[in-house]
Amino acid sequence: MNRRTVLALAVGAALLIPGCTGTGGSTKGADAKAADDPSKVSGTIKVLTVRTDLVQDGTMKKYAAEFNKTYPKVKVEFEALTNYEAEVKIRMNTENYGDVLLIPAVIKKADYPKFFASLGTQAERGKKYRFTDFTTVNGKVYGQSPVGVMPGFVYNKRVWKEAGITEWPTTPAEFLESLKAIKSRTDAIPYYTNFSAGWTLTSWTYVDGAVHCDPQATTKLAEGDPWAKGADLRVGDTLLHDIVKSGLIEKDPTTSNWEESKPRTAKGEIATQWLGTWAIVQFQDAAKKAGANPDDIGFMPFPSQTNGKFCATVAPDYNQAVNVHSKHKEAARAWIDWFTDKSSYVEDNLAISPLKDAPMPEVLKPYEEAGVELIEVDDAKGAEVKQIDNTSEVGIYAPEYRQNLVDLARGARKGSLDDFLADLSERWTDAQKTAGS
Amino acid sequence: MTDTTHKAAEKTATGAAPAVPVPAPAARKHRVWRGVTPWLFLLAPLALLVTFTYAPIANMVAYSLTDWDGVSPELHYTGVGNYEEIFTRPELFEVFWVSGYYLAASALQIVAALYFATILSFNIRFRNFFKGVLFFPYLINGVAIGFVFLYFFQDGGTLDSVLSLFGVTTDHAWLGTPVSANTSLAGVSMWRYLGLNFVLFLGAIQSIPGELYEAAELDGANRWHQFRYIIAPGIKPVLTLTVILSISGSLSAFEIPYIMTGGATGTETFVIQTVNLAFRFNKTGLASAAAVVLLLIILLVTWVQRRLVPDDKVDLV
Repeated sequence: MNRRTVLALAVGAALLIPGCTGTGGSTKGADAKAADDPSKVSGTIKVLTVRTDLVQDGTMKKYAAEFNKTYPKVKVEFEALTNYEAEVKIRMNTENYGDVLLIPAVIKKADYPKFFASLGTQAERGKKYRFTDFTTVNGKVYGQSPVGVMPGFVYNKRVWKEAGITEWPTTPAEFLESLKAIKSRTDAIPYYTNFSAGWTLTSWTYVDGAVHCDPQATTKLAEGDPWAKGADLRVGDTLLHDIVKSGLIEKDPTTSNWEESKPRTAKGEIATQWLGTWAIVQFQDAAKKAGANPDDIGFMPFPSQTNGKFCATVAPDYNQAVNVHSKHKEAARAWIDWFTDKSSYVEDNLAISPLKDAPMPEVLKPYEEAGVELIEVDDAKGAEVKQIDNTSEVGIYAPEYRQNLVDLARGARKGSLDDFLADLSERWTDAQKTAGS
Repeated sequence: MTDTTHKAAEKTATGAAPAVPVPAPAARKHRVWRGVTPWLFLLAPLALLVTFTYAPIANMVAYSLTDWDGVSPELHYTGVGNYEEIFTRPELFEVFWVSGYYLAASALQIVAALYFATILSFNIRFRNFFKGVLFFPYLINGVAIGFVFLYFFQDGGTLDSVLSLFGVTTDHAWLGTPVSANTSLAGVSMWRYLGLNFVLFLGAIQSIPGELYEAAELDGANRWHQFRYIIAPGIKPVLTLTVILSISGSLSAFEIPYIMTGGATGTETFVIQTVNLAFRFNKTGLASAAAVVLLLIILLVTWVQRRLVPDDKVDLV
């Protein structure tokens, strides 16, 4: 062993020791209490957000100015992150991850008290707000989503009418027939996959619960087989597969373009996309910019009925939380409360309010008329589902498996749908056995 | 040589000692400084090297022995568990077939780079302009290249329009099937890294003394002879280096496929798979182990190659 090797080994060993113990949370279980007197709350807070667009066009600044009317001594700064999940995950190894942030999906629910300050007990918050169980650990709530979102098909009403379809399809088979009618009677692409963006395919996971109108859908994911015959994800994935297989999608999905798909849908070049309520406002904006009629943008539920009724699931968007290391927890808490209760964010996004007594947005009028039942899926087993998902490497919250499904359906990948789904089942149920331990 | 001079110096020193008194401590101080000076100069680069290369590697090796998820404050030592998992899951290595496309592209790339470097080393018109054109792609950010080529391969995009100019109308989805997608992506990689290889070759060729060509021409050697007997042997070390770089680059291809297809349609490479393990499925421990395995594979390939092609000295004269 020469001198160089010894030196390298010594340096390596010295670095290994802190490497193993480098991360360690010290603070735990802090509370971010609401202030009694808004005029006394002070401090500069940094708010991390995914809404790059709203930070750039100054909308967030306008919210902050509005907020300052109630809380004059709090200065709000925004930081928009394009690749939110990955960047925040790395920053959360330090104490410096803003004062208010959106809870990243990667954080285990049990770890919430180590990273975030509590906003109060579920018993107390649950009276006023929706979605509290998504962030509750040991009876305490750690986050609050400012808006609720609902998955569904964004579609161009005019195109669907031109194809002669005036009623929402009630079964996957009927939906497929409708798309075929669009293909034969109009010039529009019946369904746009947005394959290249990836996350747009991921949203097919949110058919879960809507298919059988089941508030316990998440629990079933944790305990059952999501791709068993008739199970929600199998129904959704089969529909997606059949749409692609019947050639009802864009010609070259691998070079699809999300930004471009918005004006194209507004103009009627694309008929349908599976997205969520949050997309409506973006498509309407795109329509205005492209000189098309924003009222052509419609929204419909998953083609499945239980007891003669459509169902749609309402779920929280990203939950806002207070950094447990924040020096201005009161100010941070004030921002979350104000943004959830008082800001116009919900109306601006035509979204569903997290406040239990708030009315439904205007765009969902057809839902009320059709008597669509809105359900909130119970998230008690949400953490377990994520754990199983990671262990099995299936990735129901990642695009890969649906991209593979689309490739399979259009013949770029060998195999049959049954084998493909059986493989997913096997990996999932195997992981269930180990993830619990 | 050094030994004798040293002895000679010593002799004069002892011989001259009574005449010119040299204070002993000063000499030691001088010698200490002589020893320390190079290290002082090396301090900054060494600090950078350790901070940004060896420390992360050491950390990565440490994480590869744990079940860390990338963010949780808790991590457990699992020994070689992650390595066991990697070697008992053959599907993790299947993605190396994709590297074959990049290897084939590198072979073409080396030939093309060598060709251009040879031509542009002779005196021809606009040679500096062409040098710039060839090197330019290497200067562009890889992310930008990815996005540009997405438009290039789009249905009715640049490639299709250019082909239609020549009367070829294809209805081909370039990124649509695994074979076509991988070929396209490898082509983009080749376009991007051609400039680097080219510059390396050009530098090596220009270090060959000009008289050799004159002498060769007097002896009646044509361009091909000059290449075969002067240039090729003259740049052999650089050629070997390029081959090693190309192979390790092919095994660890990442940014172009990651940005353009995200690994969809059978274009997943080993590094994309590792990134997905770390950031999609939060298995940072397992992903670190995969990264270590890749490092070892590359070291092994390099070692084998060095044994097959020993690095002998260039001797043109």
